[in-house]
Amino acid sequence: MLKYVTRRLALLIGIVFIISVGSFYLIHLLPGDPAVVILGTGASPAAKAALFAQLGLDKPIYLQYFTWIGNVVRGNMGTSFISQSSVAGTIRAALPIDLEIIVLSQILAFIFAIPMAMRSARKPDGVIDRILGASSFTLLSVPPFIIIVLLVLIVSIKLGIPHTGPSSYVTLASDPVGNLESLALPAITLATGSFVVYYRVLRSDLIATLQEEFITMARSKGISQRRIMWRHAFRPSSVALLGAASVNIGGLLASGFVVQYLLAIPGLGYTLISAINMSDFLLVQGIVLTVSVGVVVINFLFDFIINIVDPRISRE
Amino acid sequence: MNDDPSLAGELPGQGLFLIQEATHVEAHERSEPLGVLFWTCVGWIVLNVLGAIFANALPLKSALFQDYNNINVGPGWHHLFGTDDLGRDIFSRVVFGSRVSVAVGVGAMIIGFGIGAPLGMLAAYKRGRFDSIFTTIMYVLLAFPAIIATIAVLSFWTPRALLKIIIVIGLASVPLVYRVIRTATLNVATKDYVIAAKVQGATDRRILIKELLPNIAPIGVSFLLIGIATVITLEGALAFLGLSVNPPTPSWGNMINESRTVLAQNPWLVIFPSAALCLFLLCLNFIGDRLRTHYDVTEVKL
Repeated sequence: MLKYVTRRLALLIGIVFIISVGSFYLIHLLPGDPAVVILGTGASPAAKAALFAQLGLDKPIYLQYFTWIGNVVRGNMGTSFISQSSVAGTIRAALPIDLEIIVLSQILAFIFAIPMAMRSARKPDGVIDRILGASSFTLLSVPPFIIIVLLVLIVSIKLGIPHTGPSSYVTLASDPVGNLESLALPAITLATGSFVVYYRVLRSDLIATLQEEFITMARSKGISQRRIMWRHAFRPSSVALLGAASVNIGGLLASGFVVQYLLAIPGLGYTLISAINMSDFLLVQGIVLTVSVGVVVINFLFDFIINIVDPRISRE
Repeated sequence: MNDDPSLAGELPGQGLFLIQEATHVEAHERSEPLGVLFWTCVGWIVLNVLGAIFANALPLKSALFQDYNNINVGPGWHHLFGTDDLGRDIFSRVVFGSRVSVAVGVGAMIIGFGIGAPLGMLAAYKRGRFDSIFTTIMYVLLAFPAIIATIAVLSFWTPRALLKIIIVIGLASVPLVYRVIRTATLNVATKDYVIAAKVQGATDRRILIKELLPNIAPIGVSFLLIGIATVITLEGALAFLGLSVNPPTPSWGNMINESRTVLAQNPWLVIFPSAALCLFLLCLNFIGDRLRTHYDVTEVKL
């Protein structure tokens, strides 16, 4: 276990290093002189000096990396030359919205996926299983940006439900109920994508588990169907579910971006796309770095949890 | 198949590759014919691809002409799908828009399979250091969510053009292809007939092409179709965010993006490209999934 964790930790550090190099190098993908592209042609010498100090642009490229990463580690991702506000501060303000959407969506997805997968697994190929199978397969082909547009069309435009349309985001601090309303459609959109994945993974894993000998054993002891499902079948199958959830994190963030973009919800995604459109490259770089490192670290934590649930994995 | 939870990790971001059916269902489906629905889907894909290739030769209205006397007209005889907020014919734009999706789907997968498939086969066949180095690299790349990486690169690598988008998405798909092909090859490489060929002194090249390739081809083809659907979805999301081909060139994704501002006045503008995209993806996924279960000749289910 310890050996497994140290190996994964070493890999994690390696991945974070590669991500940081990749994010650093993004600035150099810009055509032309980075200073001119970032600041514009009419920049003041003071602004130029600040950018050079932040990125170390006058040094060789490997030293530039160390200057930049040194600043980032100290929590300084630079100051946006467009909004004049600190990149790290902007990210800190936006991030909680993304997290709230993701948490809400995951609660919804699990509430629906787990009982439905159990229902399907009880009678594979039965009527309910076939209906759920066909509809989840169809939903698999509906991208999140279409789900959210259609939801907005129906819920906020046709039905006229308040706080659900574009540009009607309500902050959690000002009005918690309104905040939930304004995040309802985003949460449903993200939940739909996750539901399909969780349902399908859990269903096939449960079917496999239910054919194991210990289930037959439990049945022959006369244990109730319900108890067999939750205590004997779901416990081992939950590993696959956790694995799916872990892989899903990156996709959730990306779907969140799309949703925020449509509804103008000021999370990381909306901030990112606005930054791209305003050529606020330092902010784009900061968000890309934060999100990528976040995803990788969360995946690592999930691996760790999966190991605790099922210690067989690290022993292989 | 189901005992490997890491298989679920084949696609960070999209979740499309999580189509893992219970093994017992596959056992009796193998000998069945592919079915009407399968061929309907094949027909729809062929129709779309032909439409994309020959869009210029078809008797369509211009996809770019702006008719300010007919703005936001609903579906009807004159404009089959109606017109958008600039008076452009939606039907023509949907047909021409398929070109971007088809080009990205095919182009990105040529890059993805061109690099990922040979590497995956070689790694699984050679094993040893070659395998462990490449598998670690691909594992690292897979940890990076594809859509965030493509957003990042495309936002800095300006100006954006179709070829750049295809290259970026294609490269992003390499680790996925590598992983699937490597796993598929591993299953075959230990078979008796491969060992027999080795004992007879067949060259590596001969074993790879004559013994391994034909046996992983079915899995490769079904994954190819699902992969095309995945990269098309990715391009659609980028286009929706305004990071794909520049207007006025139509694509399904940027049409949906443009419909945002006129959602209340003209819902048709979002409904038709969405339906076109979803149907296309559904057919690809269905064909891919059906082929996979049809050709899934492994001992797993025995």
